[in-house]
Amino acid sequence: MENRAALKYKPSRRNLKYNNLLKRNFFNRSLTILSYIFSIIVLLPLFCIIFYVFVKGFGQLNFSLLTQLPEPPGDDLSNAGGIGNAIIGTFIVTSIATIISVPIGVGGGIYLAEYSTGGIYSRFIRFGTNVLSGVPSIIAGVFVYGIIVSTKIFFGATFSALAGGIALSILMLPTVIKTTDEGLKLVSDDLRRGALSVGASKFTTITRITLPTAINPIATGILLAIARAAGETAPLIFTALFSFYWSDNPETILEPIATLSVLIYNFALEPYEAQNQLAWSASFILVMILLMLNIVARVLSNTKNDFNSINKDTNKK
Amino acid sequence: MSDGDLNKFIKRNRSSSERLLDKSLQQLASMMAAMVAIVLISIFFVVFTGALDSIGRYGLKFLVISEWNPVIDEYGAFTAIYGTVVTSLASIVIALPLGVGTAILLTEDILPKTIREIIGLLVELLAAIPSVVLGLWAIFVMEPFLRPFLILLNKNFGWVPFLSTEPIGPGMAPAILILTIMILPIITAISRDSLNQVPHKLREAAYGIGATRWTSIFNILLPAAISGITGGVLLALGRALGETMAVTMIIGNSLNFNWSLLAPGNTISAMLANQFGEADSSQVSSLMYAAFVLMLITLFVNILAQWLVKRLSLKY
Amino acid sequence: MNNALKKFNDQEISLSLENITISYGKYEAVKNVYFQIPKNKITALIGPSGCGKSTVLRALNRMNDLIPECNLKGRVLFEGTDLYHSDIDPVEVRRRIGMVFQQPNPFPKSIYENIAFGARINGFTGKMDELVEDSLRRAAVWDECKDKLKSSGYSLSGGQQQRLCIARTIAIRPEVILMDEPCSALDPISTLKIEETLHELKKSFTIVIVTHNMQQALRVSDYTAFFNAERKEGVPGGKIGYLVEHNLTDKIFNAPKEKSTKDYVTGKFG
Repeated sequence: MENRAALKYKPSRRNLKYNNLLKRNFFNRSLTILSYIFSIIVLLPLFCIIFYVFVKGFGQLNFSLLTQLPEPPGDDLSNAGGIGNAIIGTFIVTSIATIISVPIGVGGGIYLAEYSTGGIYSRFIRFGTNVLSGVPSIIAGVFVYGIIVSTKIFFGATFSALAGGIALSILMLPTVIKTTDEGLKLVSDDLRRGALSVGASKFTTITRITLPTAINPIATGILLAIARAAGETAPLIFTALFSFYWSDNPETILEPIATLSVLIYNFALEPYEAQNQLAWSASFILVMILLMLNIVARVLSNTKNDFNSINKDTNKK
Repeated sequence: MSDGDLNKFIKRNRSSSERLLDKSLQQLASMMAAMVAIVLISIFFVVFTGALDSIGRYGLKFLVISEWNPVIDEYGAFTAIYGTVVTSLASIVIALPLGVGTAILLTEDILPKTIREIIGLLVELLAAIPSVVLGLWAIFVMEPFLRPFLILLNKNFGWVPFLSTEPIGPGMAPAILILTIMILPIITAISRDSLNQVPHKLREAAYGIGATRWTSIFNILLPAAISGITGGVLLALGRALGETMAVTMIIGNSLNFNWSLLAPGNTISAMLANQFGEADSSQVSSLMYAAFVLMLITLFVNILAQWLVKRLSLKY
Repeated sequence: MNNALKKFNDQEISLSLENITISYGKYEAVKNVYFQIPKNKITALIGPSGCGKSTVLRALNRMNDLIPECNLKGRVLFEGTDLYHSDIDPVEVRRRIGMVFQQPNPFPKSIYENIAFGARINGFTGKMDELVEDSLRRAAVWDECKDKLKSSGYSLSGGQQQRLCIARTIAIRPEVILMDEPCSALDPISTLKIEETLHELKKSFTIVIVTHNMQQALRVSDYTAFFNAERKEGVPGGKIGYLVEHNLTDKIFNAPKEKSTKDYVTGKFG
């Protein structure tokens, strides 16, 4: 080659053999090892947490624990009672949050994906959704305390399951809007044009064609939002508060209510071992519920319904 | 089809009820979307008006005074602001290399694909563990395990202001570590997704001119994924700034200011969790002021994230 | 086959493929390929799609290492060294056998950095500005780039991007340049420019080019290898590739030995 000499490449590149001592290869190997070490550091504490939750939580688990009420701390040093009302309470509060946030969130998502034309209003709503999802969860608690608890706006009730549910719904709302918006945007426009071209109204197109097509990603997003809300504590500690009693009739949604997460928080900080133990058991139950929700969500996002497969085919063409 | 068949289409002219339905769905959806804005603006409004009293009394001095004393009714949020900023930034600094390193391992073909997928799934599922459970673990497992190391740190490096107090249990250092554990799955998952989105052709291009694996990672893949990774890091920072439960349970909730990371400290959200329920009016106002400051900080991080992601994204 | 090989022995051989079979997982993609690539000539690989010509090309500088589960049996000799021997460093291989890809793939960096990056990691110690200019000139893209060296490689048109990629490869001074359908994504005028570039490059480099376009093979190459695929059940894509004929381009197009070669070059299939 005529001008290789002039080009001053190092002669070491003439040998094709792998050279252990080459700076480049040493550097390369060290970094690969380092990435292994980093990954182990990442996974280790996380495994450790799961391990403790299982060992400490599962070990003491029995049927009566799931059906009894918690004992007030300090009354009985050997027995802290059960977490029955907290399990039901988590279910009630999360349900209230879901009932409020899903219609509003799906509606807002439909607006962004199907009706908005990219103008300033929809851009503001999308920006607002992002900002709202970044608002610290405790602020949602402060907000609900300010407008509901301290004003006694619901029939004079202060701390209540309803207030807790509303606080959680504020946290769920942006996730539901985002996943609905994104799920609908994945639906091919051909499908929409097809429906509109046979004379379907926008209402029919959305309810019969686009929403069913996008149902999997939307349901996945809603489940993940529910899972996140069910594990939240901060917005509940001064909205739903806590209770040592059953919430067994409809009026109790206007009364303070126990939840698993607040029970864990309260009892972890008690000086009594029986209460601490109950916190571990509640953690185990809570983590199990959340993992289950996450796994269902994941399975759902990987399965395709009939509409999805049609959609995929049209996209290919 | 004969023309007479047209009569069989009884809805050829749309009924007024159908038109109404069509119109009302649009109105309804538009109103639902407006709820986001209404909620967001009311949050700002409620917190701001709640804080007005305290803002009027202390002004910007609130941000630099470290004394928070309900007994004599004097409030300054510096201790909590210092705790919030320092714990969040420190946890990001620790989590960034760990998370990105793990993301690289998960996207390179160093390990078999199935193993990588299992690790990725685990990391994502572990992100689902609620922070109150992390707090419980931090109190009973992590902190007792960590204390001897922190004591050692204090003995040997006590002359550094940040390590100048003897660890007594709860404190900023364990809070930083639990925050790190909390945000690692976020940084790892988002970095992994961003690296996966770098087109395969860029990797081929780098290997094609004789780049080694890590040369191509540092010079081509990471720069191409930097906008996504930055977004993930700032999202994690936002999460760390606002995180309440795990931090409240392990930071010690001290109202006395101390530079040392080994001493008990406080954060804005921890202070809200601890005091809001049983505060009286002027304390509530100061807590609202602190909450307002927290909101402004997270809002700033959020907007910075959206701006940086746009700014840093490369065309390819 | 053997008769043809003897003719190549007059030429200095750069790469020699000795009975290579490449498979993805359990499935063979191309089998029993046996031919030699002469030095400082252009060799074209042609054939219908799915015949494994790109797979063979990527095997020559171990690019297939990037695809998990892809493995190779047989030997690829480069100046007498087996590239697939266990003590070979694939990074060294790629520094001496460069590659230009089907889709233009500049780095998301400036035009200048696109050239300089490769040179730098290859340990270039000379004057970088001169190298950049020289490489861009030889790839016939200097005039379009000289005023915007600081702008992104992606600010160029598709054809210019591909020539930038060629320049990037020239800059690391490989001995062989592999080109995987470099013009398939380009318009006719860009294609023509790249073909002109190839004639210049032949003086200093051994070039192996995969092409779909028989006219292109005829225009640029000295030697041509024709690959075909046979149907086979149970294989993804249902095909397995093999080498039919390798000879001077002139012979392949005007006096092919095999009937399938004749059918292909006269446009009866493929």
